[in-house]
Amino acid sequence: MRIPEIQMNTTLSAIRSDFPILSTTVYGKPLVYFDNAATTQKPSAVIDAITGYYSETNSNVHRGVHHLSQQATLAYENARKKIADFVNAASDAEIIFTRGTTESINLVAWSFGEAFVKEGDEILISALEHHSNIVPWQQLCLRKKAVLRVIPVYDNGELDQEAYMKLLNDCTRIVAVNHISNSLGTINPIKGMIRQAHERGIPVLIDGAQGISHGPVDVQELNCDFYTFSAHKMYGPMGIGGLYGKKDWLKQMPPYQCGGEMIEKVTFEETTFNELPYKFEAGTPNVAGAIGFGTAVDYLGNLGWDFIRTRESDLLNYATEKLSQIEGVRIIGTSAQKASILSFLIGNIHFFDAGTIIDQYGIAVRTGNHCTQPLMDRLCLLGTIRASFAFYNTREEIDLLAEAVLKVKELFA
Amino acid sequence: MTIKETIENIINEFSSFDDWMDKYNYLIEMGKSLPLIDDKYKIDSNLITGCQSRVWLHSENHGGQIIFTADSDAVITKGIVNMLIRVFSDHTPDEIINAETEFLDVIGLKDHLSPTRSNGLVSMIKQIKLYALAYKAQQTAG
Repeated sequence: MRIPEIQMNTTLSAIRSDFPILSTTVYGKPLVYFDNAATTQKPSAVIDAITGYYSETNSNVHRGVHHLSQQATLAYENARKKIADFVNAASDAEIIFTRGTTESINLVAWSFGEAFVKEGDEILISALEHHSNIVPWQQLCLRKKAVLRVIPVYDNGELDQEAYMKLLNDCTRIVAVNHISNSLGTINPIKGMIRQAHERGIPVLIDGAQGISHGPVDVQELNCDFYTFSAHKMYGPMGIGGLYGKKDWLKQMPPYQCGGEMIEKVTFEETTFNELPYKFEAGTPNVAGAIGFGTAVDYLGNLGWDFIRTRESDLLNYATEKLSQIEGVRIIGTSAQKASILSFLIGNIHFFDAGTIIDQYGIAVRTGNHCTQPLMDRLCLLGTIRASFAFYNTREEIDLLAEAVLKVKELFA
Repeated sequence: MTIKETIENIINEFSSFDDWMDKYNYLIEMGKSLPLIDDKYKIDSNLITGCQSRVWLHSENHGGQIIFTADSDAVITKGIVNMLIRVFSDHTPDEIINAETEFLDVIGLKDHLSPTRSNGLVSMIKQIKLYALAYKAQQTAG
């Protein structure tokens, strides 16, 4: 549904006021924050939830019989439930709190790898992956003498699906691909990819670091085996994230780290481990983070995906059009399905030079290889300038970016 | 000109700029005028790590004076490295090793540049001083 423009603007200014940082200035200019793919800003509700927890509820979870500990445990487990509902997990026990996507992938690469990967097996990733979805698998392959295979990518940023089909074989133990490319914005057809892997009995991990903040994720509908995400890229706090894993897999996987709540009974001879999800949550968890995360999920739920998707697609289209009009600007990544992530280059001007000047306008963009060096090598690039938009950004801010790009052209002509 | 005198000149030049755009303009101009390094020295072993752009730094010993040449694929970085060459090139290892580098704070460069960029700057100075130390060790051994 298209939201009428006037209603949208009113809502937008109210929404922007939910984010205190958006009214700050950089070098005396209003902050224009276009680095949302790196981390999103936090609404007051999330900031207040964290402060509120430490001011009124702080206590260690799961262990105490005292009132505060029970309150903290309740809040922590309630956050888990919110996140389980957010991704439509079949059970709360399928949501493991981690430090974020990177830790979630490392957990699976280690634990699944220990249980199921042996010499000569293959792990299938894609050429679009972030280093966090490459290196843990590469290390697993080194440990187990397994082979890392890579789904190739076309110049426009889309994965070669035919090649994917051919790469799936009896040796493939797991497929690990991202939902949305952090560098190019490509939305991968993960539902179909998961189905194809499952036809051969191969489980699939989805790196959802970017995917989860741009549209609804229903892990049951996707039928993915693992889905990994970070709170800080979805308007929540840093240092907390999640791993969704199907119970059947999680039960068969050994603990990743040991100690604390993940233990059921310890003697010096042996230890039995707690049930899911606690088996994978060693040590005192980031309770404040989880509560902040739960609040972020509530916030997104209140906004609704219709609103978020309408805003983000408008911003992406407007920015693509606006920047394309500037002579010499090249958009990197032009897949048909794209999230609000726009990588570009300005003529032969180095991204570092461009980023340095754009920064002077109070505009935060990302420059460099975006932790996807193999992808940059494939595209014969050292890096790009990346503007990534969130629902709180505006067309006027994109106009400022276009002005800054013109200034860059003038300075480095 | 001594290293100290060059540094004073640079501080004076920067003090005349009203805003940051002027400073960047100046660095860009210096970047454009950098005497390019001989292509045969633009090799991986001359690359300085810690910069978002690629920087190649080459040194030669000319009768006890070290001559630096450099290049970068980014113009602002080239401007920065050109400024460093202006300060350090054509001096003896001892002069380079003992040179103070606080001027980067004084002209506001170190503060203003982001950690990534600042690290690049720090890496460039570190590499320049390492070259000087290596030449000094050679001289002592010889």
